[in-house]
Amino acid sequence: MDTLLSLLNGFGVAFEPAKLMFCLIGVFLGTAVGVLPGIGPALTVALLLPVTFKLDPAGSLIMFAGIYYGGMYGGSTTAILLNAPGESASLATALEGSKMAKAGRGGPALATSAIGSFVAGLIATIGLAFLAPLLVELAVKFGPWDYFALMIVAFVTVSATFGDSPLRGLTSLFLGIALGLIGIDKLTGQARLTFGVPELLNGVEVTTLAVGLFAVGEAFYVASKRARDPEEIIPIKGSLWMTKEDWKRSWAPWLRGTAFGFPIGALPAGGAEVPTFLSYSTERKLCKYPEEFGKGAIEGVAGPEAANNASAAGTLVPLLTLGLPTSATAAIMLAGFQQYGLNPGPLLFAEKPDLVWGLIASLFVANVMLVILNLPLIGLWVRLLAIPQPWLYAGILVFATMGTLAVNSSPVELGMLFAFGFLGYLMRRYDYPVAPMVVGLILGPMAEAQLRRALQISLGDPMILLENPISATLLGIAFIALVAPFVMKGLNRFKAAED
Amino acid sequence: MTNDTRTQGANKPALVVGVLLLIVAVLVGYDASQQTITSTYGIGPTAMPYVVAVGLVILGLSHFVVAFREGLPQPDEADNPALLWIAGGLIFLIACIGLGGGFIIAIAVVFACTARGMGRQALAIDAAIGFMLGLIIFLVFAKLLTLILPSGPLERLFL
Repeated sequence: MDTLLSLLNGFGVAFEPAKLMFCLIGVFLGTAVGVLPGIGPALTVALLLPVTFKLDPAGSLIMFAGIYYGGMYGGSTTAILLNAPGESASLATALEGSKMAKAGRGGPALATSAIGSFVAGLIATIGLAFLAPLLVELAVKFGPWDYFALMIVAFVTVSATFGDSPLRGLTSLFLGIALGLIGIDKLTGQARLTFGVPELLNGVEVTTLAVGLFAVGEAFYVASKRARDPEEIIPIKGSLWMTKEDWKRSWAPWLRGTAFGFPIGALPAGGAEVPTFLSYSTERKLCKYPEEFGKGAIEGVAGPEAANNASAAGTLVPLLTLGLPTSATAAIMLAGFQQYGLNPGPLLFAEKPDLVWGLIASLFVANVMLVILNLPLIGLWVRLLAIPQPWLYAGILVFATMGTLAVNSSPVELGMLFAFGFLGYLMRRYDYPVAPMVVGLILGPMAEAQLRRALQISLGDPMILLENPISATLLGIAFIALVAPFVMKGLNRFKAAED
Repeated sequence: MTNDTRTQGANKPALVVGVLLLIVAVLVGYDASQQTITSTYGIGPTAMPYVVAVGLVILGLSHFVVAFREGLPQPDEADNPALLWIAGGLIFLIACIGLGGGFIIAIAVVFACTARGMGRQALAIDAAIGFMLGLIIFLVFAKLLTLILPSGPLERLFL
């Protein structure tokens, strides 16, 4: 029952008036920014990171939790009303959600997504609260070799397993790892890849890379194809509320979506795409009205939305207990922790229990706030969607600049922002995923440090990685995950030749 | 999207990416070879760069293979003037901050140029909006967060 006690303590922290205020501001800002088209949760968090710069660690992390959940919620609003999913995890929501909105059922679509997110968030956060201490106990026994192997698994799953092409994912990852090499080596003080530029000695800021790739890159990308597909807001007609029938058809998909989302999110497997699409296809099979799918079935919104939110809470499990980010959003959250010199992991649970449990408790609070705040405020968010696109992207670039300058006000930093932005544009244009690059930048140096620590202990013998059962198993999983897509492709080609 | 680049032999974008990856690999490898500090135990700071360089070489060569097979996805034609407006705004921003022109003017130009790139035809109005936005942000940061953004002659009037 230690968990319950810690959680109660956490609620003590979260219910302090100042913390409640931070949480409310976070939820509000997160939703407001997340609702803007083209801005996913990762970018929302990256853009708002500098806002939390001057707060105390607990307050700012709590605000972060609010921003994270708010950004997720805002993203699904955009997906439903604009048919413009800000990230691949809301693709499934957009499929049915925008059809519902077109059929004049935008209100119930938004409501089922909000309440579904609430239910999923609640269950998944309970899961997080109970799973985290167990994992911490396990993680205490982890040696550097185990951490290294775990990071290799994260590398592979984030870049190679998902997305259209493992080659492009791995390219993105390796560029991120290469960027991670820049700066002073922490173990020896050797400057690497700095080319005599003093600003590079501290390395590349995760936020600069993320904001460059996501915000500036997206602005370039949208501008480059502006004339072709103008976006249209679908006005909300009819009642906002769900009918009895809607409730009846929604509750089971919510629960099933949560059951897909949380475990997959908690694995170091990266991304919410898989659970959302699993949930979508399951609902499609189980639905009593399969003919409605593709025309706006409420199950197709309820399930994937729940899966999406549950997996968001799930990714916090490896992030908090192991310090392992498995999505771009989590990577930026980790950067937020590091800003205060906090390193998530088993030690953090022991050293700063108030902070960790306060954060977990705040997730519950943020969830409740979201549902109370958002059902009445839907009208306001819809109006935000109507900001003309030129002003929207001009504003995004202003905020990106502001954030970069607030962290580090030098022209070199701005130059990097611009360069990353252009790179992000080119990557989008040729269908390279950008998230692995962010994960590579933050995980690369961590993996290197763990590997070197492991080899120092073994006096340079690399076999230590394979002699320990946990690291050996993990490396085996990583190898299979890396090779599987290529082998499958080979098999497909073989099949095609046979036909 | 149809992929008709195959008829030309090799897919040019894939070749370019391959070459760029090889260049990055050489840079990383060369930098590692120039390092002077070594570690007594285990592996030193040069090991990881070499691993990354080798990885980049493999990826670069794989891109050459891809170039002669399916190639990269064929993108739609880009609206180059739009891109130039935005890039121009950002380059002005860097120059303005670097040369001490200050935050507010830089923001005004970025806002106006981006809006222009996105298709609005009201440069002067947008510049005025950007100016106000820059001024408000500067004051909020300076007074509320006690964080002074890059200042030029204009900003010093308010400090």
